[in-house]
Amino acid sequence: MAEHKNTGTMQLKSGLAQMLKGGVIMDVVNEDQAKIAEEAGACSIMALERVPADIRAAGGVARMADPEKVTEIMQAVSIPVMAKCRIGHFVEAQILESLGVDYIDESEVLTLADEDFHINKHNFKVPFVCGAKNLGEALRRIGEGAAMIRTKGEPGTGDVVEAVRHMRRINQEINWIKNLNEDEFMAAAKELAAPYSLLLEVRKLGRLPVVNFAAGGIATPADAALMMQLGADGVFVGSGIFKSGNPLERAKAIVKAVTHYKEPDILAEISKNLGEPMSGLDVKKLADTDLMSERSS
Amino acid sequence: MTKQITIGVLALQGAFIEHIGILQNLGAATREIRLPEDLEGIDGLIIPGGESTTISKLMQDYSLITPIKKMAKSGLPVWGTCAGLILLAKKIDNQIVTSLDLMDIEVTRNAFGRQKESFSTGLSSHAIGDKQYEAVFIRAPLISDTGKKVEVLAKLEDGTIVAARENNLLVTSFHPELTLDHRWHQYFLSMINK
Repeated sequence: MAEHKNTGTMQLKSGLAQMLKGGVIMDVVNEDQAKIAEEAGACSIMALERVPADIRAAGGVARMADPEKVTEIMQAVSIPVMAKCRIGHFVEAQILESLGVDYIDESEVLTLADEDFHINKHNFKVPFVCGAKNLGEALRRIGEGAAMIRTKGEPGTGDVVEAVRHMRRINQEINWIKNLNEDEFMAAAKELAAPYSLLLEVRKLGRLPVVNFAAGGIATPADAALMMQLGADGVFVGSGIFKSGNPLERAKAIVKAVTHYKEPDILAEISKNLGEPMSGLDVKKLADTDLMSERSS
Repeated sequence: MTKQITIGVLALQGAFIEHIGILQNLGAATREIRLPEDLEGIDGLIIPGGESTTISKLMQDYSLITPIKKMAKSGLPVWGTCAGLILLAKKIDNQIVTSLDLMDIEVTRNAFGRQKESFSTGLSSHAIGDKQYEAVFIRAPLISDTGKKVEVLAKLEDGTIVAARENNLLVTSFHPELTLDHRWHQYFLSMINK
């Protein structure tokens, strides 16, 4: 009799995210960058056509990367590979699943494909990560089947302020939920526009029911450690590595910063002599129409 | 009064908090291990699931390989789950990971394929009693060969070895830190009490 194997379950999807915790997921656009990221100790990489800073600069419609490029990057490394699809573009997701990527990021960094609906992520065996600015948004994505959450931050800026805002907001709302009386729960679900059952789970666990990474604007080891001290389970670094002066050394330093995030002496040591960070954009000087984090909710 | 045992959990990257939660439920004290000085006085060590390349690099960068090897060779019980299994092996198919080179097993990384091939399935093992155990395999490695002194503890139906022990060293290619059934943790603790 053939062995019974369960595949594509929520346990397996969120389980992979649990294995990524305490690690750094790095954006890469080619095989060479993929190898540098792996060499630096990335726990996973995000295969892209362009990093967010270049997507900003290029303008136009940003789509899923060329499948050929994604496949090349997958073959170049042994660590898990993620790729981005447009929000609501379930066919891009089907294609990425067929390529065998290990995680799909349904991402606001790319142009929206659907202004009303995110992908029904329960329909896939491959797990999804989605961005969130607050608890309601995180729980709506989990309700749709996301197995991992990340802050949206403001991608491609090198300005950590939005990631901090989103992480603090999620934490504040979780604390609020933990202290609510049961009579107040349905009203809270209404206010956050979050699924009632998931809110109950948040209260029971005292945290999101899936792993929550920080993303969007992280450019230095100190930024990464800041997000970890604020309660992130790990970090995504997008443009911050390969738009900097010395990608390998910076990548290694950020990996170490995420492990030793509570140790200022170690953080001081690893922050030395990393060369120029990415030049960056002040989020407050961006036009509202340029804010990627506002593209969906 | 017996002394409470303290289990170190390597906390460089991966699912270390899950192990710590289970161990505390079972009454053990725990310590997160990130630097060599954290190892002092522990009664057992768990190397958790995570990304083996990342954990391996951080073990090298923070000089953990030599002291862990020394302690394991003098009898400290060490358990590796998934990535931890890879890091305990003497032979790995993929050169990129530098291991602790302790256990006489040969390991194939990502042996079952990519994430969409990750699976859970029922296992039997005399080590944890008769009741079936639901094992979770995530981009899991397998043990392709074992030395003479290695005892095989669990196999899949097709004969693939997924759990083994060599004296004070225990490895599982699945993730007992992700399930509510804590028998593998109890088994590891029993290796310490003896």
